[in-house]
Amino acid sequence: MAVLELANISKHFGAIQAVNDVSFSLEAGQVVGLMGDNGAGKSTLVKMIAGNFRPSHGIMRLDGAELIMHRPVEARQHGIEIVHQDLALCNNLTAAANVFLGRELRRGFGPLRVLDYKTMYRRAGEIFRELKSETRPRDLVRQMSGGQRQAVAIARTMLSEAKIVLMDEPTAAISVRQVAEVLNLIRQLRDRGIAVVLISHRMPDVFTVADRVIVMRRGRKVADKPIALSSPEEVTGLITGAIEQV
Amino acid sequence: MAITLDQTISQKQQSWMAKVLGSQTFWILVAVILACIFLSFATDSFATTKNLYNITRNVTFVAIIALGMTLVIITGGIDLSVGSVLCLCSMVLAVVMHAGYSIEVGIAAAIGTALVIGAFNGILIAYLDFPPFVVTLGMLSIARSLAMVASNNTVVFQFGPDHDKLLALGGGAWFFGIANPVLYMIVLALLIGFVLRWTRFGRYVFAIGGNERAATLTGVPVRKIKVAVYMISALSAGIAGIIQTGWLGAVTTNIGAGMELQVIAAAVIGGANLAGGVGTAFGAIIGAALIEVIRNSLGLLGINAFWQGTFIGSAIVLAVLFDRIRNFRLSE
Repeated sequence: MAVLELANISKHFGAIQAVNDVSFSLEAGQVVGLMGDNGAGKSTLVKMIAGNFRPSHGIMRLDGAELIMHRPVEARQHGIEIVHQDLALCNNLTAAANVFLGRELRRGFGPLRVLDYKTMYRRAGEIFRELKSETRPRDLVRQMSGGQRQAVAIARTMLSEAKIVLMDEPTAAISVRQVAEVLNLIRQLRDRGIAVVLISHRMPDVFTVADRVIVMRRGRKVADKPIALSSPEEVTGLITGAIEQV
Repeated sequence: MAITLDQTISQKQQSWMAKVLGSQTFWILVAVILACIFLSFATDSFATTKNLYNITRNVTFVAIIALGMTLVIITGGIDLSVGSVLCLCSMVLAVVMHAGYSIEVGIAAAIGTALVIGAFNGILIAYLDFPPFVVTLGMLSIARSLAMVASNNTVVFQFGPDHDKLLALGGGAWFFGIANPVLYMIVLALLIGFVLRWTRFGRYVFAIGGNERAATLTGVPVRKIKVAVYMISALSAGIAGIIQTGWLGAVTTNIGAGMELQVIAAAVIGGANLAGGVGTAFGAIIGAALIEVIRNSLGLLGINAFWQGTFIGSAIVLAVLFDRIRNFRLSE
């Protein structure tokens, strides 16, 4: 069964039709590459799944039940995690503090509850180990490489049992070696049975790691097919409009 | 492979010692201690009980407010109104007690005033997105003017039936001959230090200063925390005002004038970063101590008091210079 299902989703801002009648579904353990030019409606679509906007028309279903969110925080409660393009990290805090930001573990009773540093360091270390990332929980994020920073942002999504992870341009601003690291992190998530949506401009990344590609153009979905049945040339054609629809 | 992933992950990057040696607060502490040692030898009057009593007590007023200010600075904000809030709270306390109410009522009124002002600042900054500089600059003017209105710009030096209690509160030494204000300062510093290190609130204060957007995205109640932080800042000014009133035994409408700059200087010398995200309670105290030692020593060494500003200003620049040098090294 599909984890997330979008049925005839549209979103308009005044007269501007940002997303127009888009339907698709996400399967557990599948990586979907979401591609499209600037202004194609990718971000708007993702922001609706993330709870930032509500669709103007159409419905979303999570595990078969209708999904209505009023605030972004609710997405997390539903098991939808977002890795933001700028990663949303605090440079002045440790890796562990960033992983647990907003969900700090505490110990003690009633009003006298203090941060449980020990458990948070341990848990963060376990997650980095699972992600096979050389990231130390006690290091400040300020001193980290691009790949490690991605690992911290991705580790956040693994704190709770996430069903869906949305990743916004995770490979946009990092070196080639670090891109490989990030793609590995995405595979780790997939192997845990998480549905991953990878929003990217970089064709090679999508073709390396994704199982399926969805292409958006001018607010509409113009392609949705297994990666094995497509090609970078075809996707480029779809993005630019040289190919109308497949 | 010599080093496994597990070893890398569990490795600590910095030893405890390296952390201490790398902190600005530590070097300021060293400076304070060296200055004290030097002054003990260079002058006869520095290491006397009376002078040390004076110094420690003088430190407290700036230090207590610097504790609150440090929280504000860690979030990336600034509170310019603290000097005026101190004045207004002192005046409210004085006027209420002068009118014949008990010390409890007076203190409650003063603290209530501080909390209302802090909440006003905080709500404008957090919910209406005003720049902290502008809001608190406005409050600097408003609070002092209200103090003048409340007292009709007179000096209040009679505090009704509980007059003696108030003077004992601020001027006494109930515990091993340590001035009361010093005790209050120590208790408040421990409290703020605990909050910053061990509570979720403290963690959020740092997160907001580090990356406010990230804090919002991860579900940190940024606005509420900001309001709380400005309330704590105003509260610390109110508490300092109450204690200072008890110590001075009189309130004029110009007490605390220009104090905001000393307080900010203390916080910055102690290691708080005006860009946000960095600061400690201990640093605020040490910063205040350095300023007071400089001031005290100039008098004892017979240096013209006009030089005071130069020395304190240089201390600010030097303290931040160390921080810059360390950052250059880190970025290399």
